[in-house]
This record gives sequence, C-alpha cells and structure tokens, in this order.
Amino acid sequence: MSATISRRQFLAGSAAAAGSLVIGFHIPFARDAAAQGMPAAPATPEVNAWVVVRPDDTVVIRIARSEMGQGTLTGLAQMVAEELECNWAKVTTEYPTPGQNLARNRVWGNFSTGGSRGIRESQEYVRKGGATARMMLVQAAADEWKVPVAECTAANSVITHTPTSRTTTYGKVAAAASKLTPPTAVTLKDPKDWKLVGKRMARLDTVDKTTGKQIYGMDLKLPGMLNAAIKRCPVFGGTLKSVDEAAVMKRPGVKKVVRVGNDAVAVVADTWWRAKTALDALPIVWDNGPNANASSAAFAEVLKAGLDATDAVVGNKVGDAAAAIAASAKKVEAVYSYPHQNHATMETMNATARWTPERCEVWTPTQNGEAAHAAAAEAAGLPPAQCEVYKLLLGGGFGRRGAVHDWVRQAVAIAKEMPGTPVKLIWSREEDMLHGSYHPVTQCKLTAGLDAQGNVTGFQMRISGQSILAGVAPQAIKDGKDPVVFQGLNPPGPEASLGYAFPALLVDHAMRNPSTPPGFWRGVNLNQNSIYLECFIDELAHAAGQDPLAFRRKLLANSPKHLAVLNAAAEKAGWGTPTAPGVFRGLCVTMGFGSYVAACAEVSVSNDGVLKVHRIVAATDPGYAVNPQQIEAQVEGSFVYGLSAALYGECTVKDGRMEQDNFHTYVPLRMNEMPAVETVIVASGGFWGGVGEPTIAVAAPAVLNAIFAATGKRIRDLPLKNHSLKKA
Amino acid sequence: MAKLNVNGKVREYKADPGTPLLWVLREQLGLTGTKYGCGVALCGACTVHINGVPTRSCVVPAASVKASAKVVTIEGLSPNGSHPVQKAWDKLDVPQCGFCQSGMIMAAAALLKAKPNPTDADINEAMTNICRCGTYNRVRAAIKVVAGGGDTKSAGLSIQHADGSLT
Repeated sequence: MSATISRRQFLAGSAAAAGSLVIGFHIPFARDAAAQGMPAAPATPEVNAWVVVRPDDTVVIRIARSEMGQGTLTGLAQMVAEELECNWAKVTTEYPTPGQNLARNRVWGNFSTGGSRGIRESQEYVRKGGATARMMLVQAAADEWKVPVAECTAANSVITHTPTSRTTTYGKVAAAASKLTPPTAVTLKDPKDWKLVGKRMARLDTVDKTTGKQIYGMDLKLPGMLNAAIKRCPVFGGTLKSVDEAAVMKRPGVKKVVRVGNDAVAVVADTWWRAKTALDALPIVWDNGPNANASSAAFAEVLKAGLDATDAVVGNKVGDAAAAIAASAKKVEAVYSYPHQNHATMETMNATARWTPERCEVWTPTQNGEAAHAAAAEAAGLPPAQCEVYKLLLGGGFGRRGAVHDWVRQAVAIAKEMPGTPVKLIWSREEDMLHGSYHPVTQCKLTAGLDAQGNVTGFQMRISGQSILAGVAPQAIKDGKDPVVFQGLNPPGPEASLGYAFPALLVDHAMRNPSTPPGFWRGVNLNQNSIYLECFIDELAHAAGQDPLAFRRKLLANSPKHLAVLNAAAEKAGWGTPTAPGVFRGLCVTMGFGSYVAACAEVSVSNDGVLKVHRIVAATDPGYAVNPQQIEAQVEGSFVYGLSAALYGECTVKDGRMEQDNFHTYVPLRMNEMPAVETVIVASGGFWGGVGEPTIAVAAPAVLNAIFAATGKRIRDLPLKNHSLKKA
Repeated sequence: MAKLNVNGKVREYKADPGTPLLWVLREQLGLTGTKYGCGVALCGACTVHINGVPTRSCVVPAASVKASAKVVTIEGLSPNGSHPVQKAWDKLDVPQCGFCQSGMIMAAAALLKAKPNPTDADINEAMTNICRCGTYNRVRAAIKVVAGGGDTKSAGLSIQHADGSLT
C-alpha cells in the first residue's frame, strides 16, 4: 500500500484484521510524520509491529513508551535490536500513535511511561518483537534461496547461507518477510549472549538536542495555527464567575476569549505572547469556592490528628508491634513530615489541538499516549476512533505528564470553539506552578522498642496523609486502601519491599486528603517513606549506641539484595575510614520500582550553618543493566531531583492557592551545589528493575543522616531551607 | 519593520512594543531552539548571545536590541553542530530531556570564549541554568573536555557510538 492511504481506509482495514497481528499492512506513519513537520519516510511495509526495514537497510524500531530524558527510547531499541541482530548504526526509532494502537488491538501494549516501567514491563515482548522479525527475515531469505532456514544465520542485518556463503541483507528481503506468517515459538537469547544490551551505547536522540533542531510540544507549528494562554481559578476547586471579554478583544492579534470548563479562561491570539499579555490584561472574577481558606498550616493539624486516629488501614504487619514496644527496655519515637512539591518540568504543559465535528487531533508531550487519547476523545465529544494523539518529545515529565491530562482537555475544549483551526495552548510558568499535580503531603509517627542489647523489638509506622490514587484513580482504592502509600514498606516481594526484618511490625495509613490535587512525582511515595524509615533507623542506631552501617546490616541479614547495595555504597565510599576534616557520612538503603538502591553521602556543615554535599556514592541493582552509561545519567539526575527537593522543594497553600509561582520561590538545585556522584551498578541478574526513580529516594535520607553526624541535629521535616544548621 | 541581526543575517519582524526577544525569535523568526522556561530570567533556557554576551532573551525587549547588535541563537552557533561545545555535548550524551540544553550550550560557549580554561568556580558562576533532569555533572565534564582540547575520552564515560567509536 502507498503512503497516501487515507486514514479512513487505514481504520477500516485495521478493524477488519482486529485481533491478529497485521502483517504487511502499511501504517501511514509517513503521513503522520509530515503532519508533525518531520521528513516523510518512504513507504515500506513493516516486518511486524515493532520493526520496519527499508530497502537501504535502515531499521526503524517502533517505541511505544515516551522518551522524556530517561533514555528509554535508546534502551528499548537496544532490546529489539539485540534480538533482531541488526546493524545498530542504521537504527532509527518512531512512535506508533495511540489511535493506531487502539485500531490494532493494542499490538504495542501499554504506552504508559511512569513508575520506571518502560523497560522492565515491556522487555519481554519487545525482545520477542525483535526476535520474531529476525526469524521472518531469515525465513524470507531461505525461501528465496530455497534452502532450509536452519542453514541460515543473521548478524548485523546480513543473512548468510552458511553452506554456500551466500549473503543478502534485511533490506532486500523485508518486503517478502512482511508477507510471512509470524512464528509462534520464539526463543530469546540467554543474557550471557547479549551483544548490545548491557553495553554503554550512546543515546539515539542526542544530536538534535545540541543544535536546537529537536521539536518539543511547545515548538510545534502547524499551518494556520493560533496560540492560546490560559488561567484557571488559582484556588483549587474554585470556578470562573465572570470575565470581561470586550476589554481585550481589540488588542492586536486577539481572536477569541474562551471559557474553558467552569473554572478557566483562555485567550486565543495569533502569537502566544499576544495571547499571554491579553490574558494578563483580562478582567476575571473567580468564585473561590469551598477551599478559599485552605492552608498548609491548617492541613498540618489534620495530618497531626491522623497520627493517632483509629481509622488506619494496615499495609504491613508482623506480630504485635505495640505489645513488643511496650515490653521493651527502651522506647524511641519521632514524628516526620513531607511537603507538597511541583514537578516543575522545564517545558511547561502544552498541547496543540485541531477539532472538527468529525475528528480531533492532538499533538502533545505525554508520558501516556493512550491516556492522552482518552482525555482528548472525552473532551472532544467524539468516539476514540475519530481522535488521534501525536506524541512529541517531552521537555521533562517526572510524573506530571502521565496520569492527569488536564492540559489536553483544556486544549481540546479551546479548539472546539474554533473548529478546523489548530490551536496551541501553552501554560505560563506561573500557571504550571499553580496547577500542578503535587507530591502528596504526609506526616509519619515512628515508634520502636530496643532491648538491652540494642536490638529492635518492635517497629511501628503510622503514616497520616494524602493518597495519590484517591486523587487520580479513586477506582483503584479497595477497602479504603491505597497500596501505593506503602512503597518501600511492603512485605517481602519483588516490589518496594521493606528489607528490615523486625520481630514485630505495624505499618498503617490514616488517609487524609487536602484540597490540593496530588500526582505521581518522580520517586512517588518511596521518597518520603525512605526518609521516614531511613532517618529513624539512624535514630535507633544512635539510641542503641551502634554504628549505622552495622545496625542496618544486622536487620538486613535476610534481605541479600538490600544488603548488597548497602555494602557496595558503603565500601566504595570508605565507610569506617577517615574522611577529610569536617566531612561526615550518612547512609540510606531502600527498594522500589523493582530495584535495590543505596547511597552514602559525604557532607560538611560550616560553623555558620552552610551545608555542602561533597560526594555521593550510589549503588543500584536493577537486575539487568541495559545501558550502564544511561543508568549513571539517571542516578546522577536522581540526586539533582532528590536534593532539589531536600534542600528547597516545598509548595505551600495559603488562602486556597499555591504560594510558589516561579523559580524564585520554588528553587531547584543548580550546578554550584551539585556533588560529585559515583555510581556503582550491582546488576545481579534474574530480574528487571526500574532505574529512573528509585535513587531519588535515597538522596535526602543519606544527606540528612550525614547532617546529623556533622551537627547532631535531626531534621525531621523538609525542606532544609526552613532549618538553621548553625552550630549552637 | 523592525530589524534584528540574527545568526549573521538581517531579519525583519513585526512585534508589539515590549515583546521580549525570546518570543520574536520563536514566533516571528521561527527559531524555536531557544526555549521558554520561566519568563523571568531565572532558568536560562532562553539564553542567546548578544554581541557575544550570554543573555536571557525572555526579559530583553526585542526593540531594545539594535539592528547592529549581533544575536546568535543555538541554531547559529555553528552551521552543522560542529562547535566544540556541541561536539562535546554530543559525544558525552549530556542532554537528557534536552529542553534546557540550548541555553546550557550557549552559556557554556560564552564561558569558554571568555575563559578557555575555566575553574570549577568559574563554571559554577557562569552556569546558573536550571536543569531538572540533572545533567549538571555531564555539563561540567563536557566543559572540561572542551577546555582540554576536545579529548572526549578524558571524561572517562566510555560511551560506545553507533559508528564504533568510543568516547
């Protein structure tokens, strides 16, 4: 089929073939690429859903997950290429669209790119996709030569008939391969035979990011496109009361003032700058609604009451912790808390939408194309089959662009008011800060008993606070329990398990939800849970008069993977050996997103209280390490994100709205504060863990424990900017 | 029509008084490599060179930039990505999401022109751009590679490129 196939034909053809792998059916990627302003690819049939080989041997690998800096594009391509046995130098990638995935019975599986799942959850089927395509290509060559397929081998995109040394290339047999029935029995390589997976390969998407050519959502330009700026009621839950459209309609370039839903207003103009300045000049009256008096201070009291409430849901329980603690020689108790934070992606939320009564198209950076597609269809009032989403590269995601697609709904609602005209909605930084989906706010009371020898007898953690699922997916809450709340504190198992073996344990959660919308914020609940657990463990070690490393090792005796990363970080950092004068160390170990991580931080605190983080050694065991140089990049990046949060990250509510609206009040870490990071990859094999998030959670506790070692001060609520570290 | 000298060419544009240089570059001249991040000169994503000086274009009114002033954006730093800073950035895989990197590269190029062998303190002072992905240590490594004459292996990252080379 030609690249000019109409979308109607495509959808009809796909519907007829629904339920099976559609081999040889050309998808109009070229047309979509052209729509995105990208060069159109020549029409070439796909070998299978994951692989297209062009006559010039270029291999196009389809990637369903979203690239947002974490390197998943390259890692997933490595996995497909490993099994495909293709020439890596000729590999390119492309995104299938959510509409195509829907039309083809989800042949590409889940598009969701969060929870550090990109590789760990799709590794098997993408490798099978590569292996299947290789088998079909080799079969096609064998058929052409009329020889048994077993006599043929493939490497580097070249197929060889071993007995005769005849060769051909993937590009030459791809068209024939695309017509074959895919094999059902597919054997994947033994990891010891990997040639590409596990190697320090360069990313596939770097060059255009160094020349300004890379198009992000914000950069998209479509013919006839208009631009929109938006303001939503700054008080959460408030609505739009009135707006004086006439006041701005005569401004240059202004086309329309649009009421968006019941709580926002947008100005559409020829340029974004004109839309934004007109919006700033627009008289708007809000109805602040029921949360007009909400404040972080008032909510902290609600959380505090939750620490002793009786309505808690149990997440992990061993024996009778309360009784064990009561019978102990020594009891230790502490209350910690963790604030709201904004993802603050460098590229603010944006989407371009074009709506007609028959069709809605959206171009947007999203971590979940399928969720964006569903949101677009709902806002468009059209069946999903009449909607399409084109994913663009994300200028940061960190969880903000995954679960909630509020900006997509807004963009479609605006475009709906201007049928046929593409409208690009860009949020200002201020809008982005005031309408995040914030890191949940919680407090935690920890109580433990120690016997006369300093052994833990019982351990209790009461978490009081916000549930992300209650905000973004309430249907996922069963019997009042949000299981995500207990990340890092779960019973032994493959996901976010607590490593410490306490003889008696109770972890429970009293759900308390403020008016602030919560979201999955890179590292999610592992962030604060690791602070609570790992700083309190340090407190216990101190109370027991024991070395924090030795104290942890004893409790991790039955958790070898936790122990291995802790040991790796401690040993590389030189735990127990002298530091430079004034430099102190702190430890942390945790498990989440399927991986085991630990860190040892080295800090100093000057007499007047200035903190310097000198060095961090971080160990990570993700099972298999697909691209070690990108794992290092993710680990380093995790400390920037985690230390930004620990040092400065706080969003506070006053009068129902967020107080922080730009980078002067919400300050990220900058280069001058960035410590040296040494990454130790302990890839123990046999499982697949995530990389992008777990290390965030060890940043703050390792530093806080080092601060205690340096100053004797226990910081139990973040960020650090609210505390004086000055020596008394 | 107002005029700007951008990337070696005199360009005419129309914009309302007070329109920042950033938005003239992005919306009138189609140079979207320069990014909007904060609008108040805090993040550096919009950094361009004006007469060689790294400048946050989101707070500079375009009308205040004389037609004789030489504006250089990421698109004009080199014709084909061959500026030593771009090469080092590429070979060390510095960018993650990449959104802040145009500004980072422009800031680094200006720093290295002013101080070909910057100290860590010089780098800290000049490189105040915000990166949320966390590329700071590779940014520093890449600046040092350029200062050291472009030996990308000196960064010790051991990255395998598709053409078989190692940096």
